[in-house]
Amino acid sequence: MTFHRPTFRHPELPPNDAGYHRQDYEGGISTLCAGCGHDSICNAIIQACFELALPPHRIVKMSGIGCSSKSPAYFLGRSHGFNTVHGRMPSVATGANMANRDLVYLGVSGDGDTASIGMGQFMHAVRRNLDMLYIVMNNGCYGLTKGQYSATADKGSKGKKGRINELESIDLCELAIQLGAGFVARSFSGDKQQLVPLIKAGLMHKGLSFIDVISPCVTFNNNPGSTKSYHWVREHSEATNTFDLVPFQQTITTEYDGDTVQDVALHDDTVIHLHKHHDAPDITDRRQAIDNLEDHKAQDVILTGVLYINPNSADTHELLHTCERPLNSLTEDDLCPGGPALEAINAAHR
Amino acid sequence: MKPTDIEDPEYFHKVIDCQFACPAHTPVPEYIRLISEKRYTDAYMVNWVANVFPGVLGRVCDRPCEPACRRGRVEKEPVAICRLKRLCADNRDFGLVARFPVVPSEKNGKRIALIGAGPASLTVARDLMPLGYTIDLYDEQAKGGGFMRSQLPSFRLPEPVLATEVNYILDMGVQTHFNRRIESMKALLAEGHNAVFIGTGAPRGRDLSDLPGRKEANQWIHIGIDWLAGVIFGHVSSIGKRVLVIGGGNTAMDCCRTARRLGGTSVRVMVRGPRAKMKAAPWEIEDAIGEDIPIVDNHVPLEFVVEHGRLVGMRFAKVGVGSETGGEEPVFFPCDEVLLAVGQLNAFPWIEPDAGIRFDRQGLPELDPRTLQSSLPQVFFGGDAAFGPRNIITAVAHGHQAAISIDLFCRGLSPLDRPAPQVNLAGQKMGVHDWLYHNQVTATERQAMPVRTKTKTLKDRLLEVELGFDQQVGQTESLRCLNCDVQTVFRADLCIECDACVDVCPESCINFVDNGTEEELRARLRAPAENLAQSLYLAGLTPSGKIMVKDENVCLHCSLCAERCPTSAWDMQKFLYLSAQAGQL
Ligand SMILES: Cc1cc2nc3c(=O)[nH]c(=O)nc-3n(C[C@H](O)[C@H](O)[C@H](O)COP(=O)(O)OP(=O)(O)OC[C@H]3O[C@@H](n4cnc5c(N)ncnc54)[C@H](O)[C@@H]3O)c2cc1C
Ligand SMILES: Cc1ncc(C[n+]2csc(CCOP(=O)(O)OP(=O)(O)O)c2C)c(N)n1
Ligand code: SF4
Ligand code: SF4
Ligand code: SF4
Ligand SMILES: [Mg+2]
Repeated sequence: MTFHRPTFRHPELPPNDAGYHRQDYEGGISTLCAGCGHDSICNAIIQACFELALPPHRIVKMSGIGCSSKSPAYFLGRSHGFNTVHGRMPSVATGANMANRDLVYLGVSGDGDTASIGMGQFMHAVRRNLDMLYIVMNNGCYGLTKGQYSATADKGSKGKKGRINELESIDLCELAIQLGAGFVARSFSGDKQQLVPLIKAGLMHKGLSFIDVISPCVTFNNNPGSTKSYHWVREHSEATNTFDLVPFQQTITTEYDGDTVQDVALHDDTVIHLHKHHDAPDITDRRQAIDNLEDHKAQDVILTGVLYINPNSADTHELLHTCERPLNSLTEDDLCPGGPALEAINAAHR
Repeated sequence: MKPTDIEDPEYFHKVIDCQFACPAHTPVPEYIRLISEKRYTDAYMVNWVANVFPGVLGRVCDRPCEPACRRGRVEKEPVAICRLKRLCADNRDFGLVARFPVVPSEKNGKRIALIGAGPASLTVARDLMPLGYTIDLYDEQAKGGGFMRSQLPSFRLPEPVLATEVNYILDMGVQTHFNRRIESMKALLAEGHNAVFIGTGAPRGRDLSDLPGRKEANQWIHIGIDWLAGVIFGHVSSIGKRVLVIGGGNTAMDCCRTARRLGGTSVRVMVRGPRAKMKAAPWEIEDAIGEDIPIVDNHVPLEFVVEHGRLVGMRFAKVGVGSETGGEEPVFFPCDEVLLAVGQLNAFPWIEPDAGIRFDRQGLPELDPRTLQSSLPQVFFGGDAAFGPRNIITAVAHGHQAAISIDLFCRGLSPLDRPAPQVNLAGQKMGVHDWLYHNQVTATERQAMPVRTKTKTLKDRLLEVELGFDQQVGQTESLRCLNCDVQTVFRADLCIECDACVDVCPESCINFVDNGTEEELRARLRAPAENLAQSLYLAGLTPSGKIMVKDENVCLHCSLCAERCPTSAWDMQKFLYLSAQAGQL
């Protein structure tokens, strides 16, 4: 019986710039079904945090309920975490972010957790443009409760027992673009080459970054006829673009044939270099981004990659004009500055 | 790069680092697993079949397996393979002789002469007796064992341990001719044996005859191997207080430690080159230092200094790194006696030049390295006599190969048509997380060997220093083994490319990538595959046209890849590889 992962790691793997080894970003051994897409996403998160050299104790992982939402147990074992009730991750994340804006917030949710019970919570977190990376591990079903269709299951997709989903599906990326998320992307658990840089960009971006990651449920939704199976997704996906994330203006040159480059600067000196076909839509234009998604959907193609970026996005703190210092660090003296200060405020209203 | 041919038995054999490195290819992980289950007699038999002298080798083997052991690449130190062998020998059920192969009472009519009763000849005897051969074994000593008896000090190898295992073979009905030195090869050939095996070792110790003072000081200078034999056979029972041992090999280590037991209070080992280049095994050097014997390296002997007709010391040139003769003044070391352990030579004065056996310029027989057959077709060589001094396990390996050749030769077949090894792949899966083997990798470090105190052992040269592992420690040590024989076997046609195996593998061994040349692939895997001695396992194509590449280097054989694979594209299969032995087709 294997309950523990061996502690040995490849001796030649170097630490990252902050001196951490990849192992420092790992979590417990997974109890998800063997082959679950969620496990791959967990590993992409580990890889992204390792590559960004984020100190593990500066990261907060938030989740709701579901196989996807329990996956934070399998990564970032040295970070903070809060496993909320079903669909309520966005409110708890909002509270935490209000209290300490200095930490890096990573929300992990499922398509059920987000698009059904947590839909209202999700939409308002996006409207607030809360500074976090919100990942949906999208398997088109409620994995934890044995595979019922979720609201993201495509109309016409076939379940394990042969039943067709008759309901219209919700496209969370389109919603997120509409509702003001600053960074929106879609990816596939089986494509780490694309997913890892997307997660890195999402973590660096200020404001709400949303990544919808199609993540096959091997046990309940990987059958022929399902549009969320490994096979179907591999056959039907197309990348918008490939890109390099250049944190803090380091120079990286990569060659991509026949591409044009679009540079998008994020809040600090980080830049996303996009390589795309010259006739591809501008990803900083909301309308073009949504059209692009719909056009591909009409052709049965899942568009992946960065779908939309708002380089000027302002996050909740900016919108609310909160102070620079994390609220949880304010002392009584800061909060009750005393009689003269009150006098001054009152005077301003006279 | 081409897909790996896992049907080739040598591919998975090579993954079992220890077994592959063992000259006799002992199935190491197989016996270590049996020890972990406390099945000592079974473990002993696995050893006995492959290496013939488990009790002896469990103490004094040169252990080429240990530096090769994967565990040494994964953490600090290898599995104590050799000491575990001793554990199963110590704890075996002595009724095990009932399991030995039956020797037919009706002989096959072929007579084989074996010259020298060292490990090489004894192995030939052990392999050929059950096939019905009549064996004549000749040795000038009074008992069997060769150098294992005449050279290896009792504090490392107690005589009863050796005698028991030598007798296992002699008791099969070998016709022994002890106290008989073969003086003429031609005379022996005339006796009409169907084949002759020469396992006479490398019996002559090198001298430093050109050094000034050598003749004058002769009385106080001894050739190491002759002196050690003298001690073992009781002709030598004391030595002067101050002793210089010249040489850096294992003979030097046995000489200095024996000298400490015979009255040497100030014993020094003088080595020409640097310490790091010494031939002696690291553990023997440590044992010598532990017995207060300094190793003085980078000292080249210049002369024996004789005053008033007596040896008073030796002069050495101290050399710097890289140069043979330094500019410094010669250094003088006082001493009462000197032991020379500067190498061994082969000597075949008893083989007449016109006997039909050709020798090369170094005085070694011309042999086919695979068959060990000499230029005289019915004569075969093995052990130290074949290619110069090696060690016991190499002599055993030669013995097996020579027995195969002799058997083929006597049956009128070509010794070049070697029988194939016996191999078997057995699935280990019992349930989702259940395996037939102990797949949990322990983090325990190498267990220390308990020893008798120096105050006791230095007084009695017959007292064995190492006490051996007890069963508890042995079990702990045995669980450090990574089961390198339980192979990861991949089937690309079953893979759905979920990446679960890639993600779970603690050692980042597994990759799904586009194909390329081996060199280029090695550079772009998840972890650099820089150990060129270790294979890449390549299979493919997967549904999306990728290949699977696994770097075998630091795989823990932990089974996690197979446990996390939803389609059983990975499977754990135990690969048993048994080298061919005489009588097999
Ligand atoms: C001091 C010392 C310590 C060693 N320690 C180790 C160790 O710890 N571990 C290890 O693995 N190896 C060790 N070795 C090496 C090992 O002993 C030999 O490699 C091994 O014994 C060789 O085996 P063999 O079968 O070739 O012949 P040997 O063991 O050398 O036996 C040859 C036999 O042939 C006999 N013989 C020779 N000529 C004739 C003749 N004309 N007629 C009849 N009989 C003859 C000799 O008397 C001898 O008994 C050591 C060697 C020395 C010298
Ligand atoms: C308030 C509440 N309602 C219903 C449930 C039952 N429930 C548990 S998980 C789940 C759906 C999870 O689906 P999803 O978020 O897609 O996660 P997955 O398991 O597919 O990764 C539901 C409905 C619950 N735990 N709590
Ligand atoms: S870990 Fe075990 S099987 Fe692997 S090389 Fe070492 S002893 Fe042999
Ligand atoms: S057995 Fe599989 S998971 Fe374990 S180290 Fe080897 S390749 Fe990796
Ligand atoms: S776990 Fe199995 S199916 Fe998944 S990628 Fe590995 S071998 Fe293929
Ligand atoms: Mg789901």
